[in-house]
Amino acid sequence: MMSTKRSMITSNIALQAAKESVIKLDPRAMIRNPIMFVVEVGFLITLLLSFVPDAFGGAMPRWFNLTVALILLFTLLFANFAEALAEGRGKAQADSLKQTKKDVPARKIAADGSPQMIAANQLRRGDIVQVLQGELIPGDGEVIAGLATVDESAITGESAPVIKEAGGDFASVTGGTRVVSDEITVRIESDPGESFLDRMIALVEGAQRQKTPNEIALNTVLMSLTLVFLIVVVTLPFFANYLGMTLEIPMLIALLVCLIPTTIGGLLSAIGIAGMDRVTQFNVLAMSGKAVEAAGDINTIILDKTGTITFGNRMASEFLPVGSHRLAELANWAAISSLHDETPEGRSVLELMKRLELPVEAALAVDSEWIEFKAQTRMSGADLVNGQKVRKGAVDAIKRWVLEQGGILPADLDEKSDQIALAGGTPLAVAVDRELYGLIYLKDTVKPGMRERFQQLREMGIKTIMCTGDNPLTAATIAREAGVDDYIAESRPEDKIAVIRREQAEGKLVAMTGDGTNDAPALAQADVGLAMNSGTIAAKEAANMIDLDSNPTKIIEVVSIGKQLLMTRGALTTFSIANDIAKYFAIIPALFVLAIPQLDALNIMRLSSPTSAILSALLFNAVIIPLLIPLAMRGVTYKPLSSTALLRRNLLLFGLGGVVVPFLGIKLIDMFVSIFL
Amino acid sequence: MTIDLLAIILTLLAALLLARPVGRYVASAFDTEKRSGIDKLFAPIERTLFAIGGVRTANQTWKQYAGTVVLLNTVMIVLVYLVFRFQGSLPLNPSQIGSMEPTLAFNTAISFMTNTNLQHYSGESGLSYLSQLIGIIFMMFTAPATALAVVIACMRGLAGKPLGNFFVDLVRSIVRILLPISIVAALLFLLLGVPQTLEQPVTAHTLSGAEQQIARGPVASLLSIKELGNNGGGHFGANSTHPFENPGALSNTIQMLLMLLLPTALPFTYGRMVGNPKQGRVLFVSMAMIFVLFLGVSLANEYAGNPVLSGLGLAQDHGSMEGKEVRLGVAQSALYSVVTTASETGGVNTMHDTLTPLSGMIALSNMLLNTVFGGVGAGMLNVLMYAMIAVFLSGLMVGRTPEFLGKKIEGREMKLIALTLLIHPLLILAASALAFYTPLGQEAISNGGYHGITQVLYEYTSSAANNGSGFEGLADNTPFWNITTGIVMYVARFFSMVTLLAVVGSLAAKRPVPETAGTFRTDNALFGGIWLGTTFIVGALTFFPVLVLGPIAEFLTLK
Repeated sequence: MMSTKRSMITSNIALQAAKESVIKLDPRAMIRNPIMFVVEVGFLITLLLSFVPDAFGGAMPRWFNLTVALILLFTLLFANFAEALAEGRGKAQADSLKQTKKDVPARKIAADGSPQMIAANQLRRGDIVQVLQGELIPGDGEVIAGLATVDESAITGESAPVIKEAGGDFASVTGGTRVVSDEITVRIESDPGESFLDRMIALVEGAQRQKTPNEIALNTVLMSLTLVFLIVVVTLPFFANYLGMTLEIPMLIALLVCLIPTTIGGLLSAIGIAGMDRVTQFNVLAMSGKAVEAAGDINTIILDKTGTITFGNRMASEFLPVGSHRLAELANWAAISSLHDETPEGRSVLELMKRLELPVEAALAVDSEWIEFKAQTRMSGADLVNGQKVRKGAVDAIKRWVLEQGGILPADLDEKSDQIALAGGTPLAVAVDRELYGLIYLKDTVKPGMRERFQQLREMGIKTIMCTGDNPLTAATIAREAGVDDYIAESRPEDKIAVIRREQAEGKLVAMTGDGTNDAPALAQADVGLAMNSGTIAAKEAANMIDLDSNPTKIIEVVSIGKQLLMTRGALTTFSIANDIAKYFAIIPALFVLAIPQLDALNIMRLSSPTSAILSALLFNAVIIPLLIPLAMRGVTYKPLSSTALLRRNLLLFGLGGVVVPFLGIKLIDMFVSIFL
Repeated sequence: MTIDLLAIILTLLAALLLARPVGRYVASAFDTEKRSGIDKLFAPIERTLFAIGGVRTANQTWKQYAGTVVLLNTVMIVLVYLVFRFQGSLPLNPSQIGSMEPTLAFNTAISFMTNTNLQHYSGESGLSYLSQLIGIIFMMFTAPATALAVVIACMRGLAGKPLGNFFVDLVRSIVRILLPISIVAALLFLLLGVPQTLEQPVTAHTLSGAEQQIARGPVASLLSIKELGNNGGGHFGANSTHPFENPGALSNTIQMLLMLLLPTALPFTYGRMVGNPKQGRVLFVSMAMIFVLFLGVSLANEYAGNPVLSGLGLAQDHGSMEGKEVRLGVAQSALYSVVTTASETGGVNTMHDTLTPLSGMIALSNMLLNTVFGGVGAGMLNVLMYAMIAVFLSGLMVGRTPEFLGKKIEGREMKLIALTLLIHPLLILAASALAFYTPLGQEAISNGGYHGITQVLYEYTSSAANNGSGFEGLADNTPFWNITTGIVMYVARFFSMVTLLAVVGSLAAKRPVPETAGTFRTDNALFGGIWLGTTFIVGALTFFPVLVLGPIAEFLTLK
């Protein structure tokens, strides 16, 4: 289902990102990321020292200062590149969306009914426009007359056109989509600059990206750690001076930059942007990063039964003859009544026949009169040429029909029809004139794989609640079959809101999907409300996410993406902080070993020389950023596991890895660097 | 040596056996919901006290609670400062001791109110009996009672209950916990030969005919609360090395058990109060692991002796005996040094200045971490702070907003915690840097080089951790040291109490998140490991560079 139209990183985006990373060096932009700003200040000082080595009375050679300055510059560029790259994909997508927006003419219908061509950006809420075949719809709105097929691929990526018609849940159209056939009259529902397309462009471009609550909290901790290390490094010379040692400024800057969490500091915003982008690529439009983060915290998901958990169309799964009738007889009549029945139920009867390899006496039906299903009669069928009348329909309707003709109902009819209802199915009765032959067992089938997914959700600690309009018996059966934790039968729209409030009162975060106007209040109340793009404007405005593919099951994947975003942040933070151990053991001995030769005992990596040790640690610190960019963009692999299992896995990978990798990395770089020193 | 080790194991075993029941006792002593036998016994006394004091006992918000803590403590500091300043003209001064100099009085008053007991004066000759009684002993009760009250309030908040009332908690701490236990302990010390008198010093005639003044005083009563309340300030300048303050092996052991009693009990109190005994146990075990590791390093180094002395041909068979009491020996001295720094008591039975470099570093590290049990209440507060940092940093790895005890840890809490995290290294490193920068600070260092680094670092760490033991050897009774350590002690003590009460207040206002399979578990061994890792990497590595210049360089160059 997932659309793959949005390209991965192209060389164009990478080139653009490389340019951006230089522009982002501007200190006014840099200060928004205090950790990298510290690195920039370090860069400027060492740059100065590479021209005037004794500016602060130091004795470090020019080449060393310059090397440190260059490594710091690259550290900055790498971090900027990560951010620019993450932004790049969104920008590219926004650009292509903007193309759609350009100079669309609109055929506005004036009050006197005469059409008038104006530019789309002059349309106001309430204006009426007519859109002909082949034209772009000039703005968001509601179809008030006509029926047309519309190509929405510009927004959804889905090339198959959809039908839009006045009234009901398929009336809303989006500006920028194209009418492929027929024509429609649309009432515009948005003012210029506020359309769905405008919002979508702003979102994918990340123009109004605000830091999410968790990102702010994490940033605070990282800043605090940065300050702690700043204190450590600033006070260290006083200790050293007392011992008669002079600590060189470039060395201290190297120590500082290595200790402050630059890895996560450099990748933090890229992780956030990439997380949002992953949602977008999944063809879900999240209105804010906060919503994606909240998705990771979801405790309860409310799902509609029909269309989400089950296929929604009831399929014939069994024939149950009643009285003295045989199965083949019943099946034959059921098939004859369905020959012209184009409803999914009708077709499923014929499919079942095929599956059971039962013969149909199709000759009987030749030239028969087809009786269509009506809400009043609740049955359909055929009046055959030989005068026989075949009917299939709701059990009570058929019963009445048979009784009206003076027929007798078989004794086991009620029992069998109750059985079907009890098992979550819908019984259809089949009768010919005064004779009731039996029942068709219509079953609402649970989509394959749903049971396993609910099991996974349970393991992740997420509870699923199924909402259905079915009676409690049917609801219970489907609930059992699908393996959901809870269900609401005979649910009305206001029931959903009540359930959400009840769950929220227990401190839980609730996600739900919806498309109808009457879902809107619940979508707004839910912590994560995913509206279907095919749904009404009201639903889309109330939700904080919109699924462009209109596939309600995707809410489950959205939860995974939210979790993945948080996990990636946690994993890289842990990795970054754990790195410090090795860096300490590289730099501290190097810093003091000339004055205190015995401190070589702390040089456990046996790095070749103090300068090489410092440069190697700095290089590792710089290089690890681009090496981790793919991980930051892609996110940590997420498997639905219990928290303890997840933690153990990630801790091993990023905690222990964070301790070990830099030891190896710095040693390796040192072996290389020492060739040149 | 086998017997020495056996004695250590038995002592630690006794501490282990006491921790849980005492923890449960503390929890029920502060339980405001259920009435127990403890209430029947003590409530009438407390009611009388509240009636006399006109105290309102209604629940306080975190702001009221924190405000009361700081205000009441500051008022007590001012009162005791005045007593010290005018002790020369006040009664109960048989030895005619003069009034205290202002900076020393400032330092001493803060020192005792902050549970530090950094004594820049010499006990027996610097204070009148009045100062000892209403200055020192009074504060020795109120200071630990304050921290105990605060940590209990935090535990209540974390459990989602109202924080309580500071006056009530303060009085309960003293009446239900500190007084009863210290009375029993004082009687035990009396039995073991510790003096308790208000008479003036004894004049003794030595064999050679000289006249000697032997100091005495209300020692037993002070000694019990000195250890139980993790105060550490001795009646005598020599602290627990003095035979009147530590007559022998048994009194030595009782002192260590008293020091460990409340700090080791509090994790269990915590587990019980927040309804997650397993989590309390996990924290206890994690701390105990650091403790045992540190003790092992310390013992190994003390037994190994001093290579310089071996080089001179001096036998080091019994380990490094320099600066130790012969009647106590290496094992009991090393153990005491680890216990007194882990529990932030600060009493000493050996000169820490003469510990071998790495044992000195262990004593220092206990205070730098301030989470190896730590002082009454204050240590547990730190432990909880690191638990929250651990939850925040690695809790994200399970893909949810981090939660601690069912409450989400978000921006506001992390801001407060980030500030608190900053204050410990800032106070220690900035103050030490200042001391090295000015001649006023440098002049006090008696032993130059790496050891001098350790001396200064130790002094400020001891102040910041509210430990109070001195590395000695530092001529610290000067206005510079009195004022700087005074400020460090005050800020270190109250800053984190206020911020952590604020964190708890903020958490308490949140709706609890129900626990599910997706919740980050904070009560298993894995979390214990994460807590240890966080404490070491975030808490200890900060000090690695200065430790390298101090004890580690001294160790490596001592040949």
